[in-house]
Amino acid sequence: MNAATVFGLLATALVGVGLYGFIVNPQPLRKILAFNVIGSGVFLLFGAIARRGAALGLGGDPVPQALLITGIVVAFSATALAVTVLLRLFDETGSTTLSSGVAPSASEPDPAKARE
Amino acid sequence: MIEVFHLVPALLIGALAVYTTVARDTFAATVGFIAYGLMLTVAWVQLHGVDVALTESAIGGGLTGLLLVRASAKLRATEAAARAERPRASTRLAAAILAAAVSAGLAIAVLALPDPAPTLAPEVLANMGPTGVGNPITAVLMAFRATDTLLEAIVLLLALVGVWSLAPDRVWGGRPGPRYNADPDGILAFIARVLPPIGIIVGIYIFWVGADDPGGKFQGATIVAAMWLLVLMAGLTDAPPISRRLLRAGLVAGPVAFIAIGFAGVATAGAFLAYPDGWSKPLILVVEFALMPSLALTLGLIMAGAPERAEAASPREAAP
Repeated sequence: MNAATVFGLLATALVGVGLYGFIVNPQPLRKILAFNVIGSGVFLLFGAIARRGAALGLGGDPVPQALLITGIVVAFSATALAVTVLLRLFDETGSTTLSSGVAPSASEPDPAKARE
Repeated sequence: MIEVFHLVPALLIGALAVYTTVARDTFAATVGFIAYGLMLTVAWVQLHGVDVALTESAIGGGLTGLLLVRASAKLRATEAAARAERPRASTRLAAAILAAAVSAGLAIAVLALPDPAPTLAPEVLANMGPTGVGNPITAVLMAFRATDTLLEAIVLLLALVGVWSLAPDRVWGGRPGPRYNADPDGILAFIARVLPPIGIIVGIYIFWVGADDPGGKFQGATIVAAMWLLVLMAGLTDAPPISRRLLRAGLVAGPVAFIAIGFAGVATAGAFLAYPDGWSKPLILVVEFALMPSLALTLGLIMAGAPERAEAASPREAAP
């Protein structure tokens, strides 16, 4: 197995781990974090594909590598905006819950609401 | 034998990703994310993407990590309530099955990639000569796909506008973030005095060598922005009020110069962002020199966050 295959397979695992975290972690900040893990998995997969395109003494295909730099910067912009929205939500409401007033699971009472 | 150097970082990265996902404490998870970003840098180097490795460590791990750590510290009070919202075991199992299916599908695609792989490397090398740039990635970013770079700079600017617009009305136009008060004789203030001269030179160096070697304006601008943030957090200076005209002019100067040169290309070379023969290198340099300070300022202000204090308040009064 060469580097492209090892890190390509790692990338697929990272997408899965991030997706799991995105679904099961209730805190919005954890969702943003998990989304970044998914994103880095996608980037790494693209990087493995770029590595496979190595030719003429270049270590990888420069076009996907350049797109990756753009992608990482855009992912940062989106994360910064999401985190700021979240902090403003916390300042306004004192809470960051995503549950919609109805108890998140019908069987259990929501302790966060009960305390208010 | 070589495989060990791929497998060990790969396993570490995978373990860190799992840790950031399952860690109970959000603060611990965000710290794990920074370590994860740094380890990813190793993967990028092994994939021969040194330019990407620099970007990942500076922006992906560094700035994004700092953003998340700071937010998790502020949101610590919400942790207890969030734990009660944890989905039931059945939901978690369904999520695990879905995630595993997505991973498996992607893994099949990875193993079935075409051989020989398609590549644009020969085209890039064949056309790089006229650009006068020695780093193929810079040639792609500044010449072949300059539109991407222009839009990327504008996305950053839009993110900053978005961050600012989240300020409450009463502090609009004020200073971003809290006024930091560190011990003036403490280690943070000491480092904030010693490190910036070195960091600024490293940042400018990485920016300058980007023409021929791994590096570039985004990586360099991130380092310069980090030095500014360090000085801010040590309380040695205060963030400027966002209503300041000069500050706003500095933010848009880079993208405006880029767009102006783009439109000049319509007149002189027949296409938006095309460079006339023999003018590629000087024009690329002008764009890069104009973009770098704007990018550093934009990145620094995005990190500083939404305005929190009205401009009129003196720094002492505004201190918590």
